[in-house]
Amino acid sequence: MAKMNLLQAINNALEIAMHENDSAVCFGEDVGHFGGVFRATSNLQEKFGKNRCFNTPLTEQGIMGFANGLAAQGSVPIAEIQFADYIFPAFDQIVNESAKFRYRSGNEFNVGNLTIRTPYGGGIAGGLYHSQSPEAYFAHTPGLKIVVPRNPYQAKGLLLAAIRDKNPVIFFEPKKLYRASTGEVPEEDYQLPLGKAEVVKAGTDITLLGWGAQMETLEKAADMAQEKGVSCELIDLRSILPWDVETVAASVRKTGRLLINHEAPLTGGFAGEIAATIQDKCFLNLESPISRVCGLDTPFPLAQEKEYMPDELKTFEAIMASINY
Amino acid sequence: MDAEMYQEGRSIHQVEFIDGHSVEIPILKILKQDGSIYANADLPEIDQELATKIYKTLAFHRVLDERMVASQRQGRLSFYMTALGEEAASVGSAAALDDKDMIMAQYREQGALMFRGFRLEQFMNQMFSNELDLGKGRQMPIHYGSQELNYMTISSPLGTQIPQAAGYAYGQKLKGNQTCTICYFGEGAASEGDFHAGLNMAAVHKAPVIFFCRNNGYAISTPSSQQYMGNGIASRGVGYGIKTIRVDGNDILAVLKATQAARKHAIENDAPVVIEAMSYRLGAHSTSDDPSGYRTKEEEAKYAEHDPILRMKNWMIAQKWWDEEQETAIFERLREDVLAAVKVAEVIDKPTLESMFDDVYDVPTPQLNEQLADLKEHIKKYPDAYPVTAGRLK
Repeated sequence: MAKMNLLQAINNALEIAMHENDSAVCFGEDVGHFGGVFRATSNLQEKFGKNRCFNTPLTEQGIMGFANGLAAQGSVPIAEIQFADYIFPAFDQIVNESAKFRYRSGNEFNVGNLTIRTPYGGGIAGGLYHSQSPEAYFAHTPGLKIVVPRNPYQAKGLLLAAIRDKNPVIFFEPKKLYRASTGEVPEEDYQLPLGKAEVVKAGTDITLLGWGAQMETLEKAADMAQEKGVSCELIDLRSILPWDVETVAASVRKTGRLLINHEAPLTGGFAGEIAATIQDKCFLNLESPISRVCGLDTPFPLAQEKEYMPDELKTFEAIMASINY
Repeated sequence: MDAEMYQEGRSIHQVEFIDGHSVEIPILKILKQDGSIYANADLPEIDQELATKIYKTLAFHRVLDERMVASQRQGRLSFYMTALGEEAASVGSAAALDDKDMIMAQYREQGALMFRGFRLEQFMNQMFSNELDLGKGRQMPIHYGSQELNYMTISSPLGTQIPQAAGYAYGQKLKGNQTCTICYFGEGAASEGDFHAGLNMAAVHKAPVIFFCRNNGYAISTPSSQQYMGNGIASRGVGYGIKTIRVDGNDILAVLKATQAARKHAIENDAPVVIEAMSYRLGAHSTSDDPSGYRTKEEEAKYAEHDPILRMKNWMIAQKWWDEEQETAIFERLREDVLAAVKVAEVIDKPTLESMFDDVYDVPTPQLNEQLADLKEHIKKYPDAYPVTAGRLK
């Protein structure tokens, strides 16, 4: 075990993946010698050479097109999009190409080796274009997997699983936690399962569901609720697509209440999908309406970032409203 | 620092714009329409065996296109796209490659696939989306693909294969197995962002890829005069620092020669090459298009005189490698074969309901399994409404 922050855990996972497979290649804007603007790919070029870790021109659609071709050829591309806010020029390559490559060819070809890493989310005073959480756009696309880790241990195990998974995976990294989140991480190789949620803390009165950086918010809100005598069950969804309906439904059958928290705007956010599914699976178990504590339906602000975020106070209020419904 | 940050050019002290049309691009021509060779022309590597294979492929191409348009008009097929008048571009370039080279095509390069050996019944199974289609009946007609033949499955979005070809070729370079990728697209698709992204990525990362532009004058109804203002697509290759050549796309020998040289350069130097083949789309864009709304019969007749297949035939006859008797016999036989293959493929069963859920992921998700189970129950309740799959539910 070693103490690592989230960036170090990611860097460590990348090193293991590149070491085990000669055809694993990391690339993106400033990813080479510089090690990426957040340093997630530090020292990889020195260790594995310029052919396997390199800078690309400033072209997200080019990065993703290149990555799709490389994956189809049989290599293992790990492409970085510098900020999730800048993934949209590559939307066509991801949604129409990566996601459908196997299906449209009848499995003659696939890009299952592809992993896309990209930092997402607010909390760094990034304003409109360095703060977005675009997971819901991609969650509407059959063929993709979407994964979000909440801490360094999760990041390493989930990233290694994503790289080895035989489907294209978008790995959203909570950039707010890159250096802020530290913890004990095994130095050896390990994987955590994709498509599987984790019950982080057992409870009896209400289920709190989130992912990524918002898990800290949920923990704080759960502590506040505990002081009021409310026992919260905390679940980290971990995979947005495909998502673990069973673990969430089993929890809600037990607690009778569900609160979903995400940073992305409320309308069209993934909480809506979860709420629809859970009311279908657990209708007779529900004691109160499913609650969504999410980002607002505004673009991500700068000066009022604190007001925008679905923080622990908003979450606590929603927990109590649900309990007292 | 890998390169000089700031390259000193010739200094000027008065304003002197470089004209947007100042790049002069010559066009490679080897074969004249009458079958004779231009004086001093460098011939490609070609013998009677290769020439005959190319010519038979061209004949198959023409007949398949002709018969499938007729089948579409008869209502037997939903959709088709011919490459009438520009067959030499895809067939001639594919003939310059090794079978292990990857082909990433747009959608009008069935000639390259024919040259690789895709069989008549495989074309038919794809077009009739029956259960023997390699693509499992999931894409519209003409979206062929074959792993065995190194022909990447076609995708409808335009230009997406261009940066992918750069990545594929980069992977080939890393493997070091002396193969390259050829990437086909039209002059219209070259307006897509992916074109610029792909050429730049290939140039910067030194990928052995041949970017082969079929400049056929039209993108559906839009003429190339409304598509770009520069000197064709070739001028852009120069802008990205890529070795570039323009050829007469209806001249099979020029296409073959240029592609042979391009392949050699790409593999020996780990570098991309751009080939712009000038041609004319004699047919409609697709069976859903009617060119009479945007161009004249006179214009079409003018370009029909440059028929690439007739041009090669004239050369073959001059070489004494072909004669009129063989010509009549092959076209007759091909027409019969195609008609017979249509009759077989159109009655083969469609893929099963279950197969619709395959290949979304390597293993179906719980959600997919649940949706399949629900759908089966529904179809069992209303089998008459779903005749394609109801009879074969497991």
